Amino acid sequence: MTSLPTSTDKKLGLVIDLDICVGCHACAVNCKEWNTSGHSAPLTDKNPYGGDPAGVWFNRIHTFEVRDEDAGSRTVHFPKSCLHCEAAPCVTVCPTGASYKREEDGIVLVNADTCIGCKLCSWACPYGAREYDESVGVMKKCTLCIDKIYNETLRPESRVPACVSTCPAGARHFGDLGDPDSEVSKLSAARGGYALMPEQDCKPVNRYLPPRPRKKAAADLGAPDRLQAKDGDLDGAGFLARLVDRVLSR
Amino acid sequence: MHPAKSVIFFTTASGAGYGLLIWFALFSLLNRIPADRDFALVVLGVSFALVTAGLLSSTAHLGHPERAWRALSQWRTSWLSREGVAAILAYLPIFAYFYVWFMGVDDPDAVAAIAASAIVLALITVYCTAMIYASLKTIRAWYNRYTVIGYLIFSLMTGAVLLTFFAHLRQFDMRDEIAAAALLCLGLGLMVKQAYWRFLQASSSVSDIGTATGLGGPGRTTLLEGPHTESNYLLDEMGYRIARKHADKLRIYASVLGFVLPIALIVGAVFLSGWSEVLCALFAVAFCCTGILLERWLFFAEARHVVTLYYGEAHA
Repeated sequence: MTSLPTSTDKKLGLVIDLDICVGCHACAVNCKEWNTSGHSAPLTDKNPYGGDPAGVWFNRIHTFEVRDEDAGSRTVHFPKSCLHCEAAPCVTVCPTGASYKREEDGIVLVNADTCIGCKLCSWACPYGAREYDESVGVMKKCTLCIDKIYNETLRPESRVPACVSTCPAGARHFGDLGDPDSEVSKLSAARGGYALMPEQDCKPVNRYLPPRPRKKAAADLGAPDRLQAKDGDLDGAGFLARLVDRVLSR
Repeated sequence: MHPAKSVIFFTTASGAGYGLLIWFALFSLLNRIPADRDFALVVLGVSFALVTAGLLSSTAHLGHPERAWRALSQWRTSWLSREGVAAILAYLPIFAYFYVWFMGVDDPDAVAAIAASAIVLALITVYCTAMIYASLKTIRAWYNRYTVIGYLIFSLMTGAVLLTFFAHLRQFDMRDEIAAAALLCLGLGLMVKQAYWRFLQASSSVSDIGTATGLGGPGRTTLLEGPHTESNYLLDEMGYRIARKHADKLRIYASVLGFVLPIALIVGAVFLSGWSEVLCALFAVAFCCTGILLERWLFFAEARHVVTLYYGEAHA
């Protein structure tokens, strides 16, 4: 049924820290690795070893340059996958009921057995979260690793989406954003987590943490004080250094 | 947006079929359709063929056409589903109409009821088709009031041009009346399309690279590196940009072929007689069809999707 649930018990989603992400693409690779044998398997590649390869990916890392008059330019790596919207337009436009949002945890999924491959959901999604698999003629998407997060054969610390468990920088966090006391909600609140394209009225669950203000001075980066130039301040300098300073200061 | 041939043919052909049905039913409600069984069966047959070919063509772009019946289930939320349901309901008056003319049923009330339901259901179906596009907030070129007005007027327009041809072919009394209706629709259609193109030139989506990334608006934020070097599904489907370069020229071609030439030719058909009259009406149909196909191609190819903001566009 493509009517959205009026409310969901949980709002499982991701908090992505744009300050920490180093743009290594490991999350995209591990996403592909896990999901190509998971719920929506396989994540088909087309012409993978040819001159024009293409394929199904649920997670992609874009890199933006942000210019700032005062702080100068900076590079921001920007991973993007399904945001598991509360008002998911990809679900309501689906003519068959193959697209649905789970009442228990808010995860948006596609039933590959009833999807007719009309692609309308991919037109309705502002974020490009939908991936059409030409080889099987159905739409696929991020499942928030539904086959991993509830997998009791895995160790508890592994029951997070593949993109989260693999991130070497710890830039990705998984949890219930519907619970204001959850770790991810607190993290998002503390760091000013924001939604993408709120004006599209999809109410995305995922949050992005903005890059922290740029640090320019060495001390801001945590470098020891002694690395800084200390002209005019001879505290702690040895006899020879004082003598040289005196001679040169004449 | 990628202009899929199957969807262009679907929207234009079924639009023309429903338009033809609407005008035929309207003229029969007004008692202006002559009691000519062959004429009625040909007009209804063409209408049926256009609608059916369009609907079949729309299933051609599906990944699983054999599951198309499932699309009838979600009419509560999905305009695509509503379109399917409406299209199937609209077949009922078409079949009833066939029966009436084939069997020579002489029951004015029943025929009037069939005609009225044909008009209503055909209009609803075209409206649902338009709403599939008009309800997508992600695409500024569709998410506006011109989409529904356009689909309705272009459906009525192509239908009227078709019926004008058949009426002139058979030299019926009502040929000037349907020609007048066609001229009115062509004029209105041209105005709607020009207004739409002016609107498109002047407006852009509420979303831009700033809202898409949260990092800073156009000019401040630019794409440094895409996610990969090659294209992907999103770019092939939503990032189509071939038309933009030639958009101005194609708009002129669409206006001339779809509207201006048919207007001139139908005026010619009204004032001429004999073979030149029929030829004028026939060429009006041919040009109008070509023009409306071009118009529909532009409708898709010119439409920009907000997902392109993640791939280097500053505005969508």
